[in-house]
Amino acid sequence: MTDYITIAMPKGRIFYDACHLLREAGFDLPNEFETTRKLILTIENSNFRFILAKPVDVATYVEYGVADIGIAGKDVILESQRNVYEMLDLGISACRMAVAGLPSRKQQSSVTKVATKYPKIATEYFKKQGKQVDIISLNGSIELAPLIGLSDYIVDIVSTGQTLRENGLVELTKIMEITSRLIVNPVSYRLKKKSIDYIIEKLKPIVEVTGVGMD
Amino acid sequence: MTKPYMFEKPLGLRDTLPQAHRISYELKDLFYKEMNQWGYDFIKTPALEFAETVGKASAIDDHQLFKFIDRQGIPVVLRPDMTTPIARVVGSELKEAVLPLRLAYTSALYRAQKSEGGHPSEFEQVGAELIGDATPEADAEIISLMVKLFEIVGLDPIRIVIGHVGFVDAFIRDLVFDEEDVHTLRELLYMKNDVGFRELVAQLDIPQQNKTDLNQFIDTRSLDIDKTLQFMEHHPCSDYYQEVNNFMHLLKAYGLLEKIDLDLTLVPHLDYYTGFVFEGYGGKIGFSLASGGRYNDLLKQFNRPAPATGFGIRLDRLIESLPMEAFPDEPEKVAVVYELDTIQEALEYANQKRKEGIRVVLQNAKSIQNERAFQEQFKTVKSFIKTGGLSI
Repeated sequence: MTDYITIAMPKGRIFYDACHLLREAGFDLPNEFETTRKLILTIENSNFRFILAKPVDVATYVEYGVADIGIAGKDVILESQRNVYEMLDLGISACRMAVAGLPSRKQQSSVTKVATKYPKIATEYFKKQGKQVDIISLNGSIELAPLIGLSDYIVDIVSTGQTLRENGLVELTKIMEITSRLIVNPVSYRLKKKSIDYIIEKLKPIVEVTGVGMD
Repeated sequence: MTKPYMFEKPLGLRDTLPQAHRISYELKDLFYKEMNQWGYDFIKTPALEFAETVGKASAIDDHQLFKFIDRQGIPVVLRPDMTTPIARVVGSELKEAVLPLRLAYTSALYRAQKSEGGHPSEFEQVGAELIGDATPEADAEIISLMVKLFEIVGLDPIRIVIGHVGFVDAFIRDLVFDEEDVHTLRELLYMKNDVGFRELVAQLDIPQQNKTDLNQFIDTRSLDIDKTLQFMEHHPCSDYYQEVNNFMHLLKAYGLLEKIDLDLTLVPHLDYYTGFVFEGYGGKIGFSLASGGRYNDLLKQFNRPAPATGFGIRLDRLIESLPMEAFPDEPEKVAVVYELDTIQEALEYANQKRKEGIRVVLQNAKSIQNERAFQEQFKTVKSFIKTGGLSI
């Protein structure tokens, strides 16, 4: 019996990079892969099935084992704290988690307010700095928060920094580098070891090449 | 405080309805019989234990404990594991009992967990502890008992992953000199974060060869047993190679080898383990079903130093992982309906059937509100009604 492997792919920003990487690794992804609106895709004559999920949900699908492996950003992995193997740094969709704010700002209230989509990462970071801050959770357009006085700073991912610049914000501190990772469900790894090791072995050489000169 | 709705239960707690209860009862019954036959004696301990003793020794994170103050003002916890209470019993009530001692339990455990589905705060665990036997034969017996329990309930496939925390510690300490780095690397193994492990290794101030060794150590996870053993042999850490090698031979003798994955990188969440550790996987869910290992230092805390090993199976997860066919349909019930005049005959009939092993519901006709709905619940309805209605 060959094992059926379900791979959770993140829609959006990372998706194209991930598809490119998989093709390079020898996966025969059909051309309409990037344009289809289907949520479950199978490749003919193979034992691979892809599910297309919202990036923040990839780690959830993998933790519950409905997807055996997944591609997820380090930001998502850190924020969701799922019990999954983080096996490979794929080196794709590189960006950084950073603190940003207005170039000059007097803090009016006695407590620092931080708006973010990543409350756990932000809390952890400021804790390590010995600072207690108020976290305000937002779901998008984080840059708005300091502009209209909702927060003093934001914690968000920055890739080119263009959104920050256009909104008159500056990057103040880099918290960490973010890349996408290959994550694996611990049970799937045990029960479908051969197939999963095969995928990892195919990805490894390509990832190592892309990884050069990352920093 | 917001007022709960009348139907609500505290976070993470569940009701067990008849069908689920029957399944769990049947599994426990099978387990009870099997473990009994292996000479394990069942025991029960209280749900509440002192936070200062069992709570502390159980090595469960503080934020996962249900902790409160009892009426004497002493902090108590709802037991988060069974191994520690059993260690307490062996060090007190059973302190005269001859070792080795074989004990078993089926018990609810309490851990304040995520509010998300699949992580209940109260769950049942079936387990066994073999206390007072330091030999690998004891570990092999525990693992083979666990596999046996999986087999009798029809779990398929079954994978047992075996590691050795003593080796992990010795191996890393051999190559990494800073104690804090050793601790962080161990933590990263527990978190299953290979990427983080390799990143930290790259940053460490240690010889290049040590870095290569550490990275190869992570790579051994994909190797088969023989190759993994070869890796151990080439990196001598005291006697661990011999110990693990012998253990694999032992498991072969038990006929378990084809179910075994040797994974040197396995680091479990409870840190009272000292030697071989293992996890059980199988069936169709994404979570591990069982875990266990050797804990040679725990009983010392209860004034009776003794080596020990044991396992625990999560019943809720095991049930979810079994195929539906594993649970035979419930034997159907027969209804016996009577009225005041016929109660004598109805009783005799019902008792006779019950003796034959048939499930019989004895029901006064007066209390039946909807005849049809009532009938539909039963395979047959035997009527002792003389005056119309339910004339089946």
